[in-house]
Amino acid sequence: MAILEAGDLSFAVRSSTLVRGASLALEEGATTIVVGPNGAGKSTLLKLLTGELSPSHGTVRLDGTALPQIPGWELACRRAVMVQNQRLAFPFSVYEVARLGLEGVGRAQSRARKEQIIAQALETAGVIGLAGRQYQTLSGGEQQRVQFARALCQLEAGRSVAQRQILFLDEPIASLDLCHQLSLLDAARTIAAQGAAVLVVLHDLNLAVTYADRLVVMHEGAIVAQGEPATILDDNLLRGVFRVSLSFSRLPPAGQPFLLPQQHLTPVQPGGVVPLRAASA
Amino acid sequence: MTLAVKQAPSASAAALAVLTAGHRRKSVIAVSALVVFCLLLMLLSLGAGAFAIAPGRVADILFAKLGFGPVDLLDSREALVVLNIRMPRLLLGALVGAALAISGALMQGLFRNPLADPGLVGVSAGAGLAAAATIVLGDRFFLSNFAMKLPFALLPFGAFFGGLISTLALYLIATRQGRTSVATMLLAGVALGALAGSLTGLLAFISDDRQLRDLTFWSLGSLGGASWTKLSVVAPIVLPLLFAVPLLARGLNALMLGEAEAYHLGVPVQRIKALAILLVALAVGASVASAGVIGFVGIVVPHLIRLSIGPDHRLLLPLSAIGGAALLVGADIVARLAVVPAELPIGIVTAFIGAPFFLWLLLRRGRIAEL
Repeated sequence: MAILEAGDLSFAVRSSTLVRGASLALEEGATTIVVGPNGAGKSTLLKLLTGELSPSHGTVRLDGTALPQIPGWELACRRAVMVQNQRLAFPFSVYEVARLGLEGVGRAQSRARKEQIIAQALETAGVIGLAGRQYQTLSGGEQQRVQFARALCQLEAGRSVAQRQILFLDEPIASLDLCHQLSLLDAARTIAAQGAAVLVVLHDLNLAVTYADRLVVMHEGAIVAQGEPATILDDNLLRGVFRVSLSFSRLPPAGQPFLLPQQHLTPVQPGGVVPLRAASA
Repeated sequence: MTLAVKQAPSASAAALAVLTAGHRRKSVIAVSALVVFCLLLMLLSLGAGAFAIAPGRVADILFAKLGFGPVDLLDSREALVVLNIRMPRLLLGALVGAALAISGALMQGLFRNPLADPGLVGVSAGAGLAAAATIVLGDRFFLSNFAMKLPFALLPFGAFFGGLISTLALYLIATRQGRTSVATMLLAGVALGALAGSLTGLLAFISDDRQLRDLTFWSLGSLGGASWTKLSVVAPIVLPLLFAVPLLARGLNALMLGEAEAYHLGVPVQRIKALAILLVALAVGASVASAGVIGFVGIVVPHLIRLSIGPDHRLLLPLSAIGGAALLVGADIVARLAVVPAELPIGIVTAFIGAPFFLWLLLRRGRIAEL
């Protein structure tokens, strides 16, 4: 049974509809990756799924319970979120930033247990060597890994309350080098393998294809395709959604798609009228 | 599919334990040092003034009062000065200093900005305006003789509502969609402060001589009017507040990441914000009502604490209270000794320390646009 189910979600601000009619389910143990061009509504969809925004239409259910009916504290035990914003107002140390993940859900834990959770999360995110450094002096990529550690802390502390958990990551590897990109996504997959559902917003299509159990393609606020990456990605979809022509091949032995960008087509202007050919695919 | 990844060797959990233990030790040292420093200042404060009393003599009097010394000591002129004049003044100064420093720390947390301070952004001015209105308009229009017999019961309420309205107005103006614009906050604070100042000026214009003297006292700040009666009105407001503040520490910590992030962490964001605004208004209202407008305590103290032990609100808030008490007690000693036998308004002393400090803060940060 899916941990999270979203049905027919729409979200509109004034006259513009940012998400329209999106339905998806996050399964236990599965990594779902959301891709789409800028402004496709990926982050808005993520905010609807985490409860940060309330949909104008449709509902999000966590194990059958509608999101607004779950108290904030309990919700925090059941899902952790790493958002794109990495700014921090005051000079906290890396260790303290990771500990912030426990400020809501970790109250009941003993100090020794908290320290163990933090050390483990810092280790997984590869930032334990930076623990004493001031967060604000780190590079963007290092900050991103510290934020990942913070989300891991929250997830681990919440596990004593809720077993069926979700990890949301909004473009978690945007500033990371290749090694850390893979290491973070591997860590996310490990969390999925332990029984959680993981949802990641990504831009790199090849990584998305590599790591996704389930790929969700968004375009102009709507989910235009979702399913196993190998089966849903094709030339038509990529040209229509991403406005690029790619050399599209399949790698042996599993036939995993491999995408090499060739040239871009005319980018769609916001509110433009270029028809979406791939929608029928 | 999986990709094999080799992690670079990193510091072990043991090194981490050393790090956290080190920080804890540093915090304990900082707390003890600050407490000792504050107590020493207090002892000094009881002896300092136009009528000087040696610290040893002060200690004797205190011990006698507590029942550990000769009782006849309590009949001396020195005991009278220490117990009936300087003690309430000291306690009032400590309470007001603690309240101001805590409200500074709370506002900085609320606005996620180290430059927020109730004096700087017009909250104190708003409370001062309300206090001035209570003084000047009180006996003209809506108050009977009965209410005027209780001016110190009424003033804190007036000042509280003045502080509350200014804080709310500032928050509504400077915060859009959960994000606070610093430039807007500071400029709106200047505008609100100027408005409150001009209205206070108008009140001064229409006031009579006695009221004018009172108003001058409010605008510069002074602990001169301290008495046990006054203390008995202020203490019940400020003391519970000092105990309520630790409840906010975790929530404020989480809020430093941003409002959405704090919500994701399971922190009741709206409740924390509302409580912080209410506590700031209460603290500033009580301070302004009892000691007038005293600036810069709220910005200097929390900043120094952050520099020494970091921005964790669980330590920052209680230490700000102690540091604020120490700063104001110290400033009051200076105010009493600078121009003996007269005394300076304490607001002048704190501004003299605080304004250069604030400038230093700006120069040191160098990139205020990013704050």
